[in-house]
Amino acid sequence: MTREELILPENLVSSRPALMNEAPMHYCPGCSHGMVHKIIAEVIEEMQLEERTIGVCPVGCAVFAYRYLDIDWQEAAHGRAPAVATALKRLWSDRLVFTYQGDGDLACIGTCETIHALNRGEKITIIFINNAIYGMTGGQMAPTTLVGMKTATCPYGRDVELHGYPLNITDLAVNLEGTAFVSRQSVHTVAAARKAKRAIRQAFENSMNGIGSNLVEIVSTCSSGWKTDPAKANEWMEENMFKHYKLGDLKTV
Amino acid sequence: MDTQEYVLMKGNEAIAHAAVRCGCDGYFGYPITPQSEVLETLALLKPWETTGMVVMQAESELAAINMLYGGGGSGKRVMTSSSSPGVALMQEGISYMAACEIPALIVNVQRGGPGLGTIQPGQCDYKQATVGGGNGDYQVIVLAPNSVQEMADFVDEAFRLAFKYRMPAMILSDGVIGQMMERVKLPEMKPRRSEQDIFAECPWATNGINLKKRKNNTLSSLESDPIIMDERNKQMQLKYKRITETETRAEAIMCDDAEYLLVGFGCMSRMAEEAMHILRNEGYKVGLFRPITLWPFPEKELREAAKNTERILVCELNAGQMLRDVEVAVKFNIPCYHYGRMGGVVPDPSEIIDAFHNL
Repeated sequence: MTREELILPENLVSSRPALMNEAPMHYCPGCSHGMVHKIIAEVIEEMQLEERTIGVCPVGCAVFAYRYLDIDWQEAAHGRAPAVATALKRLWSDRLVFTYQGDGDLACIGTCETIHALNRGEKITIIFINNAIYGMTGGQMAPTTLVGMKTATCPYGRDVELHGYPLNITDLAVNLEGTAFVSRQSVHTVAAARKAKRAIRQAFENSMNGIGSNLVEIVSTCSSGWKTDPAKANEWMEENMFKHYKLGDLKTV
Repeated sequence: MDTQEYVLMKGNEAIAHAAVRCGCDGYFGYPITPQSEVLETLALLKPWETTGMVVMQAESELAAINMLYGGGGSGKRVMTSSSSPGVALMQEGISYMAACEIPALIVNVQRGGPGLGTIQPGQCDYKQATVGGGNGDYQVIVLAPNSVQEMADFVDEAFRLAFKYRMPAMILSDGVIGQMMERVKLPEMKPRRSEQDIFAECPWATNGINLKKRKNNTLSSLESDPIIMDERNKQMQLKYKRITETETRAEAIMCDDAEYLLVGFGCMSRMAEEAMHILRNEGYKVGLFRPITLWPFPEKELREAAKNTERILVCELNAGQMLRDVEVAVKFNIPCYHYGRMGGVVPDPSEIIDAFHNL
C-alpha cells in the first residue's frame, strides 16, 4: 500500500476524538497521560456531555491538561482539585465534574481533600494517575513510590525507616462509605486501555446518575522519571507496580 | 416597595440572612470563633429548600476557599466566612482567585493575633487584607462594615463589585460587629440567577454552557511564557488602578470644621464616634473619618476631610496597620498619631479621649 492509499479517509482505523485539539503535547514519549486524555475525550463524546462537562486539573505533569481537551477546565491549586470539584458539582448538579490528578497531588498534598470528597460521596469522578514519582519537578519521591525504588530524593532507594511505606490510597478509598465505584487500571496495552475506558465510562455514568463518588486509578509509566525507555518502562510497571497496585474493579455498588 | 421591617440580630446572623436574600448560590465554610453563627444560621435557614442555595461545611478553610475557586470560576455567587487564623490559611486560594480573576466573597470576622491569638475582637488583618495576603501582585476589594446593618448590606454590594471587576471581594469585619446585636433591616429577597443570566454575565466561566458555539473556557493562574505573564499582570494592575479611581468609599462626620480628626474603621469607628461627641462637648473641633473601603483606600476623601486639620489620631485594634495609609493619603503634611489596643482588648471611648488629650 502506498502512502497516498494509506492516508485515504476510508482507511482510517483510529483518529483523534473531536474534543482533542492539535496542540502538541508536552508529555514525554511513552507517558500514559496522552492515552488517558484520549479515553476521557472519547467517553465524554460518546455520552454527549460536551456542554455539560467541567474538568479540574492538578499541579504536576497534567497541569496543562486544559491545553489538549476542548472542554471547560479549571486548574486547581496543588492537591485541592477534589474541593474545587465538590463545589462545582454541588452548584451544577447536572454536570459531569471530574478531577484529573497525579500521585503527589492526590495522595500527598491533597490527601485531606481526596479522602473527604470521596467519603462525603460527592457525585464526582476522580481520575488518579499513579506513576509512583513526581514527574513535573524532575523525578522526586512520591507517596506511592515503591519500597526500594530510586528517585531524586531517595537516591539509594525508598527505605521504610527513612521514608515510610507507599500509600495505597485507592485501597483506602474502597473502605470509605461514600465511594460507589473504585477501580484500578492501566493503559499500557490495547486490552488494558479498553478496560480503563470501561472503568472511566462507569465512573462518569455514576457521576451523572448521582451515584456516590468514583475513583479510577490508572497505574502509569514515567519513563523519564524512571530513567528508562518507554518499552522497558512498561515491563518494569508490569513486574513491579502491578504487584503492589493490583488491577481490577475494587468496589462496585 | 420597602416591605422589610427591622429585626434584632447579631452581625454574623445578618450576613447569613443577607446571603440567602441576595441570590447567593453557595456558602462554603469551616467553624471558627467568633463567626461560626454564619454557618449555623445558614444551616438553620435551610436555603437549599427555598432558594436552592448550597450550604456546606468544608473539611478545612483550605478546602472552603478552593470550593470558592470552583464555584466562582463557574460564574456562581459563592462566599465563605472565617476569622483571622482561618483567613490566613485561605490566602493561597485567594491569590489563585485573584490571578484567575474569579469573583467571590470572603468574610473575615477578625480576632486578635498573631497565631491562634485570641477569640476576642481584633483588627490585625488590615495589612493582610489590603496589600494582598498571598503570593504575587494582587488586590482584593475590602469593605469594612461598622454596624449590623452594614454587615447585611455589604453582602450584595461585595458580590456586585466582585463580579463587576472579576476579583475576590472581602468584608473585613471584627469580633465586635460580628457578635453584637443591633436592629437591622434585611435586604429584599432577590432570586438567584438562571443559567442564561450567568452565561450573559460571565461568558468566561467554566460551566459548559454553549460549549459547541464558543471556544472552551479555562481558568488557570499558570503561564510559562514570562512575556504573557508580564502582560497579564499589567492588565490586572490597570484594573486595580481603575478601581482605586472609582470605588473608594468613606464616611466623614463633622469634618468640615475639624481641627482634629479621629480615623477608624469597623468597631473602632463606633468608639471613636462616641469619643468625638464627648470631645466636641469639651469644646474641641473634632471630626471622624471612617474608611469604608480599606482597599481601595479613600485617599482623596480623607484629604478633603482633613483640609482644616492640624492633627490626626488613628484608632485601631492593632499596632498601627492603617497609620501609614493615612499618612500617605495626607501626603505626610499633617502629623498622624496612633492609638491601638491588641490581644482582644476593646477600649472604651474614654481611652481614646485620654489618647487625644495626650497628643
